[in-house]
Amino acid sequence: MMRIVALAIASIAGLVMLLSPFFPRLESVGAQSSEIFNVIAAIAFILGAGSLVKVNVSRVSRRDAGWGYAFVTLLCFVVTLVIGLGKIGVPPNPQFAATPWAGEKDAAGSAFAWIYEFVLTPITSTMFALLAFYVASAAFRAFRAKNREAMLLLGTAFIVLLGRTFAGVWLTDGLPDWASGLRLENLSMFIMQVFNTAGNRAIIIGIALGVTATSLRILLGIDRSWMGASGGSS
Amino acid sequence: MARGRSITLDVLRVMPLLIVGVLVVSTQHASAAAASAALAIGEAASVEATSSAASTAFFAPGKLPLAVAIVVTSGCIIAWMLQARAGASMHLRRIPALDAVTNAVGRATEMGRPVLFIAGIQDMDNIQTVAGITVLSHVAKTTAEYDATIEVPTSRSLVMEAAREAVRGSYQAAGRFDAYNADAIRYITDEQFGFVASVSGKMVREKPAACFYMGCFFAESLILAETGNSIGAIQIAGTAESSQLPFFVAACDYTLIGEEFMAASAYLSGAPDQIGSLKGQDAAKVIVAALIVIGVVLATIAALSGQRGESASRLLDSFQGALGS
Repeated sequence: MMRIVALAIASIAGLVMLLSPFFPRLESVGAQSSEIFNVIAAIAFILGAGSLVKVNVSRVSRRDAGWGYAFVTLLCFVVTLVIGLGKIGVPPNPQFAATPWAGEKDAAGSAFAWIYEFVLTPITSTMFALLAFYVASAAFRAFRAKNREAMLLLGTAFIVLLGRTFAGVWLTDGLPDWASGLRLENLSMFIMQVFNTAGNRAIIIGIALGVTATSLRILLGIDRSWMGASGGSS
Repeated sequence: MARGRSITLDVLRVMPLLIVGVLVVSTQHASAAAASAALAIGEAASVEATSSAASTAFFAPGKLPLAVAIVVTSGCIIAWMLQARAGASMHLRRIPALDAVTNAVGRATEMGRPVLFIAGIQDMDNIQTVAGITVLSHVAKTTAEYDATIEVPTSRSLVMEAAREAVRGSYQAAGRFDAYNADAIRYITDEQFGFVASVSGKMVREKPAACFYMGCFFAESLILAETGNSIGAIQIAGTAESSQLPFFVAACDYTLIGEEFMAASAYLSGAPDQIGSLKGQDAAKVIVAALIVIGVVLATIAALSGQRGESASRLLDSFQGALGS
């Protein structure tokens, strides 16, 4: 019974979202569906936080491998939660000067804003910066000239990379006007605008059709594997 | 199976009624909104509010080409679904990435290491996440049958709940509900790089034997895939984010590219209805290809004939107008 209810809700909500761009009268219903989703997501966050605390507390209590990380996670979670909910260091809101805690939790000068600016941002920037090294190692593996296709890929990548640097422009600057198409910056642009765009569009068209088919399968209840394999297919 | 089929048939039967119902409710909703606006603002404003609600067009005419495209595509898909249901034979090309799912889970079982599944970093309102969860249910069923352990870290609470439901259903279907562990499907954080840091650290410490990345990924795709590569895990990825596909192709053993990822659930289920939907998708693709060829021919004729080819240009403009571009 629960599965049928879930299926009906998914079908009706999906249908409303599908029709709302075409029927102006449905726009408000579509917007309301999005709001309902946000409310459900907010309620689900409590479940997420509960899962986070439960898993990490049990890891610490069992002294599992790497329990120290679990402890740091818990500590950071509790500290941030207390600071955010308690609005510690939040400057008073001039509109409601007499009311305590009227200011925004992440207003400039608050402890929450400090954590965001001086703890979270540097940590996430560090993770993002690591990407450069991962790109280098992946490119090294991808561009190894193992066979004809890999050599073609390597050659194309070399032209595109060089064409986007000062060195590339400088290297082929001396080519006459009638051969300007062979200048590395122009070759690079040609590869990106013709070959790359054509390939990308083919993938995007396939994705769009795939999204339509997947949505239909879910809306019609033909694919119910999102409810588990027992929901399965018809 | 028979019960499932009857539910699907019911949904197909009631779909027109649902459409009419939704439109009626929306019309009433619009009238009610106009009436409440009139009450709130007063008699003078009521005339304006009512006329404003009445002036709202029933259908957005500017979106007619898009509506036609959706109707044609959906029509192709539903027609092929019905054909498949009637027993028409459907050939489906092999997708190595999906054939490798069983091998990957088997390898994890032999090595006594977990299987890691990541359904992207977006919420359940993203179709890629939904597609990822459908693949998860098939992977979870295989892990249940092979008695392997599956770990599903999520970056959204709602995805965690949906993933738990999918995995629980799969373990039940495999008759291994006793092996289901809800804590293996857990929420980490909404923060993109916080999630990556946690998952990468876990990958390095626990060294899963098989990693699945199925969903919507952004900059974290390469960090995850390279970390998985460095620990020697067999990796299968699938995404519709075209900008992330090269990273997965470079770092993973198998990659489901765009529509292959969307077709994964249908392929793994092997159900005729679902295979039929893939054939319908191919039929729609033929129509799109034909439109592209017509557009290219018209554009070439218009370009080659220059100023003399006014009729070709007009034809091209009408063609583009009909497509809504």
